Amino acid sequence: MKVDFPRQALLPSLVLTLMTLLVIIGPLLMAPSSGLPGEASYAAPSFAHPCGTDLNGRDMLFRILEGGRVSLLVGICGAAISLLIGTSYGLIAGSARDAIDNVMMRVVDILYSVPRLIFILILINAFNERLQQCASSHGWDWLVSSSRIVILIISLGLIEWLTMARIVRGQTLSIKGRSYVAAAKVLGEGYWTILSRHIFPNLAGIVLVYLTLAIPSVIIDEAFLSFLGLGVQAPQSSWGSLLAEGATSINPLRNAWWMLLFPSLVMLATLLSLYNLGEALRRSLQA
Amino acid sequence: MLRRIVSMPVVLLCVITITFFLIRLSPGGPFDSERKIPPAIEKQLLSKYKLDGPILDQYRGYLGDLLHGDLRLSTKYRNRSVNEILAQTLPVTLILGATAFILALVGGIWLGTFAAARPRSTSEWLALSLTLLAISLPSFVLGPLLILVFAIKLSWLPVGGWGDPTQLLLPALTLAIPCAAVIARLLHDSLRETLAEDFVRTARAKGLSDSTVVLRHALRVAILPVISYLGPLAANLLTGSIVVETIFHVPGAGGFFVNSILNRDGFLLGGVVIVYCVLLMIFNLIVDISYRILDRRIQG
Repeated sequence: MKVDFPRQALLPSLVLTLMTLLVIIGPLLMAPSSGLPGEASYAAPSFAHPCGTDLNGRDMLFRILEGGRVSLLVGICGAAISLLIGTSYGLIAGSARDAIDNVMMRVVDILYSVPRLIFILILINAFNERLQQCASSHGWDWLVSSSRIVILIISLGLIEWLTMARIVRGQTLSIKGRSYVAAAKVLGEGYWTILSRHIFPNLAGIVLVYLTLAIPSVIIDEAFLSFLGLGVQAPQSSWGSLLAEGATSINPLRNAWWMLLFPSLVMLATLLSLYNLGEALRRSLQA
Repeated sequence: MLRRIVSMPVVLLCVITITFFLIRLSPGGPFDSERKIPPAIEKQLLSKYKLDGPILDQYRGYLGDLLHGDLRLSTKYRNRSVNEILAQTLPVTLILGATAFILALVGGIWLGTFAAARPRSTSEWLALSLTLLAISLPSFVLGPLLILVFAIKLSWLPVGGWGDPTQLLLPALTLAIPCAAVIARLLHDSLRETLAEDFVRTARAKGLSDSTVVLRHALRVAILPVISYLGPLAANLLTGSIVVETIFHVPGAGGFFVNSILNRDGFLLGGVVIVYCVLLMIFNLIVDISYRILDRRIQG
C-alpha cells in the first residue's frame, strides 16, 4: 500500500520539524544563564524574555523548549512501544484461530473500558523507587536522575496500544482473505512466511498513520500525569508540569498569564499538527 | 450478553488483585513518612489497619471485607473509613461527570449533525476545524485557559469551588468540550456515509423535508458508532474528572485519589479504583444492552 504524500500534510509536517529542531537546538543557542534563577521574578514578556520569567526568574522560553525535549521524547518513544505491542498483538489475533482471536479481542474490549491511566498512576509510583535503587546499585547515574521519564515511556507505551491492535487485526483479517494469501498457502508457504512476507508489508501504511495519532495521545497522557505532579518532577520539567505551574500562577491576586499561555500554545500547535498530519495521511490512504 | 455479565466479577477481581499487590508490594509503608514511631506502636497501628501477617493472608482478609461492603479505614485520614470518604465525595464527582456527559452528548450530536447536513460547505469545514482544535486542547490546558478568560479577565464565573450551579459550569465545560468534539467527528463521518445510502434517497424522493430526512431517518442509523463510544467516553470523563477537580478545587473523589497515591494510603486508593471500575462496568453493560436493542430495531 503506497501512501502518496498529501498536500494537507505539508504544513503540519513543517510545523513539527521546526518544533523538533527548536526543541533540540534552541536551548543550546540561548545564553546559558537563561535556565538559571535570575532576579526578575514573574517578569512579563519583554525583549529579553519573550515568554516572560517564572517565580525564580528563569526564562520561560528556555524552559518551554527544554520541557519540549521531555514531552516529545516521551511521546515518540512511548508511541513506538505502543506500536510494537499493538502491531504484534493485532497481527497474532488477526491471523490466529477464531477462538484465540475472540479471547484476545475481549481482553482489548475490557481494557478499553477500564480507566487505564489510573493503573498507570499506581504503577509508576510503585516502581519508581525500585528502579532508582536498582539503577544506583549498578552505577547508572543517568537512569537515577531520569528514572521517572523511563518509567513514563514504558508505562504509557503499555496503555496506548489498544487502538493500534484493533486496526491491525482488522487489516490482517481483510488481507488474510485476499487471493494472493490463498495462493501462497497453496504454494506451501508456512504461517510465519505468509505473516512476514505477505501480511506484514501490507500493514506498513496504516501502522504509520496510527503512529502519528498515537504520539499525541502519549504526549497528552504524559502531560496529564505531570500536571497532577505524578509524572515528570522537578528539577526536570515537561509541558505538563509547566502547565501545572502556569495554572497555579493564575489567580485573582497574581495574574502571570504568560506562564500559562505560552506552554498552552506550544502544546496546542504540536498536538494540532500531529492530528492534522494523521488525518491527512489517513484520508490519502483511504482514497 | 450472559457471558458479559459473568465476566464482570472476574474482571473486578483482577482489578482488585492488581491494585492490592501493586500497593502492598511497593517499597515504603503508609506510616514511613512521619516521625519515627516506636516499634510497639507501629505494630499496633499495623494490626489496627490489618496490615500485618503474610501478604496472602492480608489479601484474603481484604477480599473478605470487600465482600461485606467494607472498604476499610484510610491510613492517612485517621479513623475515617473509606466508605465514609467516598460517600461524601463520590456524589460530587458523579454530578460533575453526569453534567459533562450530557453536555458532551448534546453538543457533539448537534455539531456533528450540523456539519454533516452541509456537505462541502464552509460551515462544515469550520465545524470540523473547531472539533480538531478542541481535541487538541486537553482538559488541563482548557481548564486554566477558561479560568483565565471567564473567571479572571471577565469575572463572569467563579474561579472554583463547589455548591453553586455557576461553579459547576466551567469544570463541566472543561470536561465536556474535548469529548463533544470526538462525538461530533464520529457522528459526522457516519452520518455522511448514511446520507449517501439508498433508503435516504427514497425518503427524499417521498418529498420529505431535509430536516426530517436527517433527523428522523439518517440520524437513527448513524448514531450507532456514537453509542459504542459511550463506554470509553465515560472512562475518559472519570479519568478527566481527577484533573478537572484539581484545577477547579472541586471536593470530589479525584483529589482524594491523587493524595492517596502520594500518601501511600492503600485502602483509600483501592476503594476509589474499585468504585470507579464498578461504575464503568455497569455503565458499559447498559450501553451494550441499548446498542443491541437499537441495532436490532434497525436490522428488523
